[in-house]
Amino acid sequence: MGLDGLIPIATPEIILAASALGLLVLGAFAGKLGRSLVSWGSIAALCLAAYAAATGPEGAAFSGALIADGASAFAKVVIYLATAVAVYLGERWLARVGNPSFEYPVLIVLAALGMGMMASAGDLISLYIGIELQSLALYVLCAFRRDDARASEAGLKYFVLGALSSGLLLYGASLIYGFSGSTHFAEIGRATTGAAGTGVVFGLVFLICGLAFKVSAAPFHMWTPDVYEGSPTPVTALLAAAPKIAAMVLFARVLTQAFPHAISQWSQVITAIALISVTVGALGGLVQKNLKRLLAYSSIANIGYALLGLASGSQTGLQAMLMFMTLYVIDVTGFFACLLALSRNGKPMETLSSLSGLVRERPALAVAITILSLSVLGLPPLSGFWAKFYVFKAAVSTHGLEGAAVYGLVMSVAAAFYYLRVIKTMWFDAPEGATDAPPFDARLIAVGAAAFSFPLVMPALSVLDALAATAAKAFGLA
Amino acid sequence: MSHILTLTTFAPTIGALAILLLRFAAGKGGEEAAGKGALWVALATTLATFALSVVMIADFDTRLTGFQFVEDQPWFSVVHYAMGVDGISAPFVLLTTFLMPICILASWSSIKTRLVEYLIAFLMLETLMIGVFTALDLVLFYVFFEFGLIPMFLIIGVWGGKNRVYAAYKFFLYTLLGSVLMLAAILAMTTIAGTTSIPALMQTHFAPLAQTLFFLAFFASFAVKMPMWPVHTWLPDAHVEAPTAGSVILAGVLLKMGGYGFLRFSLPMFPQASVTFTPLIFALSAIAIVYTSLVAFRQTDMKKLIAYSSVAHMGFVTMGIFAGTLQGAQGAVFQMLSHGVISGALFLCVGVIYDRMHTREIAFYGGLADLMPWYAATFLLFTMGNVGLPGTSGFVGEILTMTGVYGSPSSAGTWTAFVSASGVILSAVYALSLYRRVMFGTVTNPKLVGILDLDVREVAIFTPLVVSALVLGVQPHLIFNFTDASVAHLVTTWRAAVGG
Repeated sequence: MGLDGLIPIATPEIILAASALGLLVLGAFAGKLGRSLVSWGSIAALCLAAYAAATGPEGAAFSGALIADGASAFAKVVIYLATAVAVYLGERWLARVGNPSFEYPVLIVLAALGMGMMASAGDLISLYIGIELQSLALYVLCAFRRDDARASEAGLKYFVLGALSSGLLLYGASLIYGFSGSTHFAEIGRATTGAAGTGVVFGLVFLICGLAFKVSAAPFHMWTPDVYEGSPTPVTALLAAAPKIAAMVLFARVLTQAFPHAISQWSQVITAIALISVTVGALGGLVQKNLKRLLAYSSIANIGYALLGLASGSQTGLQAMLMFMTLYVIDVTGFFACLLALSRNGKPMETLSSLSGLVRERPALAVAITILSLSVLGLPPLSGFWAKFYVFKAAVSTHGLEGAAVYGLVMSVAAAFYYLRVIKTMWFDAPEGATDAPPFDARLIAVGAAAFSFPLVMPALSVLDALAATAAKAFGLA
Repeated sequence: MSHILTLTTFAPTIGALAILLLRFAAGKGGEEAAGKGALWVALATTLATFALSVVMIADFDTRLTGFQFVEDQPWFSVVHYAMGVDGISAPFVLLTTFLMPICILASWSSIKTRLVEYLIAFLMLETLMIGVFTALDLVLFYVFFEFGLIPMFLIIGVWGGKNRVYAAYKFFLYTLLGSVLMLAAILAMTTIAGTTSIPALMQTHFAPLAQTLFFLAFFASFAVKMPMWPVHTWLPDAHVEAPTAGSVILAGVLLKMGGYGFLRFSLPMFPQASVTFTPLIFALSAIAIVYTSLVAFRQTDMKKLIAYSSVAHMGFVTMGIFAGTLQGAQGAVFQMLSHGVISGALFLCVGVIYDRMHTREIAFYGGLADLMPWYAATFLLFTMGNVGLPGTSGFVGEILTMTGVYGSPSSAGTWTAFVSASGVILSAVYALSLYRRVMFGTVTNPKLVGILDLDVREVAIFTPLVVSALVLGVQPHLIFNFTDASVAHLVTTWRAAVGG
């Protein structure tokens, strides 16, 4: 295939790579205006890339290493838009803390490029390149406040554990390559028909472990609370949203394309990881006092639910997973925007007790946090309920997963306790004192996400249902 | 297609939005003024909703067994926005809209803080309660059923008493745990039947094992909601801590959702399983009637006493529902409606003296009959209704459920009827002793001197309740006219399905 055929398939990637480099140069020469110029340029590039991903042709490029299909288009639109929001929040945050670094948006664009590649990867090599590009950019972002000990710690921790997981992943990939003779997903799938050999299964398990680390599923979740807590809040907002959906789509693609004949094998592993995550997330969150740590445990639990959709190994299960991740990304971005909006005497309000009586002080934000908490808890008719609704529906209709679904539902009641505690603190407790005026940007995103969560999600459901169904067809399952 | 049900359901939401606008218009510091206006808006909204439901009832064809005023719009996937009422649900819609204006009036001066939010929560709750009774889609039903937890959680937690946080958590988590099991069953039923339409699911025949599991899952949810012994322990806490109007709604409507759920889902959708579990339900009901009556007798807090008595009365409802006879089911529906009026009124009675003295301790009072004659007369009427005195609506439901259970095809029926009949005596014991301790004797507490009798607002609150308790006691066919066709249809199809 000549270059003519490659360009349409890889348009979103080309747009992002070119703009990242161009914006870097622009930032270096633009002086004081640099950061805002680069930020708005990044947002424009991300939106353009989202448009290109949504409207671009389907197909494969670079000998099948880069795939553009319904699933990748769906995931990329969500990823790019979520990162654009993160750039916006970050830009305003940098302006407030007086940090002139224009590298921040550029790093996010590079991370988005990596995430897009993860969603499109059709080969073990592009899989690894995507993950590393994304991870390296995120490691730097976590430690972006060099002068802050906690941020540096978070960055270092993330990097060391991330490197370990990359090692596991690479080891798994090399085993799979060694036993199947190919790095290409479809080729691996063809080479492993019938009973999968021990070597391939061994490699598969390592691969799953590496990916489970990236989505912060238990028992590979140890880094999550520390990194969430230590990173600057706008970075956490990014970290908790887009990379998760990229990794989940990659997860789904590598398992369904490279190991279509081993569904029963990987489904067991994924189910186990899902149930452990749900448990760890629900119980671990009960004792947290810091809101960012609380959200970290909440994200562990929610990834467990998304994995349950994947574990069902069916088209409805993958549709459920895509819907779940999309709705979750909106909720979690809104939640972090709320945290970003709240400060008292210039200090961010990150502990649970600092929210005391917030509904008297900041009614709009308190209601937004209430809606988002209830949504993540999974109470109808908020968006988080519909996300769980799809996942559990897929799970109960899969033979052998019924018990897991019931267990997941019961665990969601345990998790309900800590979301309720957030609401209780804001509504029932006595006010703590005046808060600073919330910045416009964070308030906008927070209220927007909450308004989507309830009530806008209800008319949006039928659209999202159809889009996710089309996207899930790309995995070619029954 | 008539939209009367959508209109009735969402009219309170419109009122809530109006109150929100009013609050915005009042600006910062205008809370007090907005609160006063909001009360009038809330009262007007609830009265308008009541009027709408009366219009609906007036148009209701009592001869039909199926659903009426049906609305059906596809929503997403297989889920529809479907509404409709039959003879079983229509009276509950009326009960809800009837109690709501009374609740708003009862909150008129007793709620002092955050009135705007309080009224919004109440109006939202009304929408959700009506929605539970009108939804004809299983998922839509679940949405209304679960969403109701949020406003009630806030009502108990923000405007409740000393131990409100504990009570709010307990209420929420208990009910949520029951409901998620129901959600699992709903999802499985949807997968098997390929539809979420309630009328279609009533026609679906599920395999015996599936029926058993689904029955248990729905049972977990409805038994907590009713509440049945031994999962009733959240109720006394919730009642004691909730503000008066919250207790009225809790006892008057929210508990009825459990019984309604049994009638709407458990019996028609899982007939075989409900036969299997009838002895269990009979046993739990009989225990509830005797045990919680005895517990009620020992209470020192008036609200707690009435809360336990509610559990006992709900025992009559559950046994009536599963009796498998027309009298049983009719009696259960009637008992729920009558209990909605009477227990709601009793909580209001407690609210009257609580507003004046700020305590619900029985020992604090005594001799009130001399000081508040009108109040004493009202309280007496509802106490008698609670005991089940012939001539009050409380009698009709109890006697019918007991006859129904006695004639039940289940062999456990005779004994259950026998044991539950003792509950009638026990209810007289605790209710009359409460009345004696609060009303009779000499005034020993000097703080009570100068306590005022019912004022105009309170008379306005109690009048409709007194009238309905008496009228329904003497003319029960006013209700039976509505429920007859649907309940008879329910019982005959159920008996045909189980081959009895």
